[in-house]
Amino acid sequence: MTMSKSPAEIFGYSFPDIRETQLLIVGGGPAGLSAALQALKLGLKVTLVESGLELGGQLVKQTHKFFGSSLERAGTRGFRIAQELIKELTPFKGSGQLEVYLSTTAIAVYPERIVLLSQLSGKVFPIKPKAMIIATGAQERMLPFPNNDLPGIYGAGGIQTLMNQYGVKPGKRALIVGAGNIGLIVAYQLLQAGVEVIAILEAMDRIGGWWVHAAKVRRYGVPILLKHTISRAIGKEKVEGAVIAEITPDGLKDKYQVECDLIGISVGLTPTVDLLRQANVKMKYVAFMGGFVPLRDREMRTSQSWIWVAGDSAGIEEASTAMIEGQIASTSVAKWLGYISEEEAKREIDQLWARLGYLREAEVSSKVRKGLEEVLVTWGG
Amino acid sequence: MSDPIIVCRCEDVTLQEVREWISRGYTSLEDLRRILRLGMGPCQGRTCIPIVQRELARMTGKSIDEIGSPTGRPPAVGVELGAFTSD
Repeated sequence: MTMSKSPAEIFGYSFPDIRETQLLIVGGGPAGLSAALQALKLGLKVTLVESGLELGGQLVKQTHKFFGSSLERAGTRGFRIAQELIKELTPFKGSGQLEVYLSTTAIAVYPERIVLLSQLSGKVFPIKPKAMIIATGAQERMLPFPNNDLPGIYGAGGIQTLMNQYGVKPGKRALIVGAGNIGLIVAYQLLQAGVEVIAILEAMDRIGGWWVHAAKVRRYGVPILLKHTISRAIGKEKVEGAVIAEITPDGLKDKYQVECDLIGISVGLTPTVDLLRQANVKMKYVAFMGGFVPLRDREMRTSQSWIWVAGDSAGIEEASTAMIEGQIASTSVAKWLGYISEEEAKREIDQLWARLGYLREAEVSSKVRKGLEEVLVTWGG
Repeated sequence: MSDPIIVCRCEDVTLQEVREWISRGYTSLEDLRRILRLGMGPCQGRTCIPIVQRELARMTGKSIDEIGSPTGRPPAVGVELGAFTSD
């Protein structure tokens, strides 16, 4: 039998050239940057795509010093960690081992292992990696309350972006909802920027974030009201105030009315898993990890054998653990592609897990530890 | 009736509307998406889907795992059509 002509031959068009790469890393935050560094050190060719204008992800907004372990750069401010990681990547760019695309978003994943990249310039092009690490981070949760769509109401992370990345003071008088780490840190950064913070509201009966961060805002005299939430925002064209309610066994009881022109919502993050969903990666809802998260093995590999995950998109945690997960994923990829032996990979991954264990010892990590029990699997074959 | 609470900012869908349609028997995310256009705007449900998943779980007694998430389809974010029409 003779081969019939392909549609492309008959109609005279050509498919775009599909660039190939060994490892595609989606997301240039702490997980993606660390994954890239590890993969490059192990000899892989890496393509790193970042949807933002610069690398660093949420790290570039973090003006506070990290703690935990010196191996994870404790004692260094978040944005400096980003600068250090980016600096370490530089030599690999020069040697051609690393390709970085900024303002570039991965918008589609196809079973043929083709990923579509979309650039701010309007260009869309396919790339075909042998392996992919998804490190797309997380998105902020919104809280349903009347008038929550008024201008002046932001996710707390949005406030950080305005202040710490773009140098814009977002208001004069702020109310923060949520006393987790982000709420506490943003409250402190607002104070540093000269914004008055009326109060931090927390629905739970305890502060969710680290005590170090809570103590800093308390020293400024900012009250942290436990078992309180916002019951409504007030305003016509923009936020002019808010009603604060106590959470009682019988429901919300309105208690205070305050004036403010800024409300920061910090009620948790949800992993950004759009691409994992497109790729039909097996997922499970784990409230402790922020929502639907991918099942993964000890090497951060998902149910799709060519896709790994790292960082918040694998379950909400912290930059320090995200960085280690990125290294674990890349070590596993390197093993799969034959760059290191089984034994070398095992030794490295065991060490990285020991560091994760150390960072997850704290009380605030107990939820993460429980969540992991539900998503950590062993893939057959 | 209480003040409207917007859950889907792209398509201006309120929590009251969501509850009303759930009580009428539209008890899956796909039903609600089709009848209300919930989660079908530019942000593709980033804000509203987690809220509505919890609301569905509360009102139907199902787990969020059972309720699931909308099917993931390309593109993950908005892209100008022109990007696909020429080189």
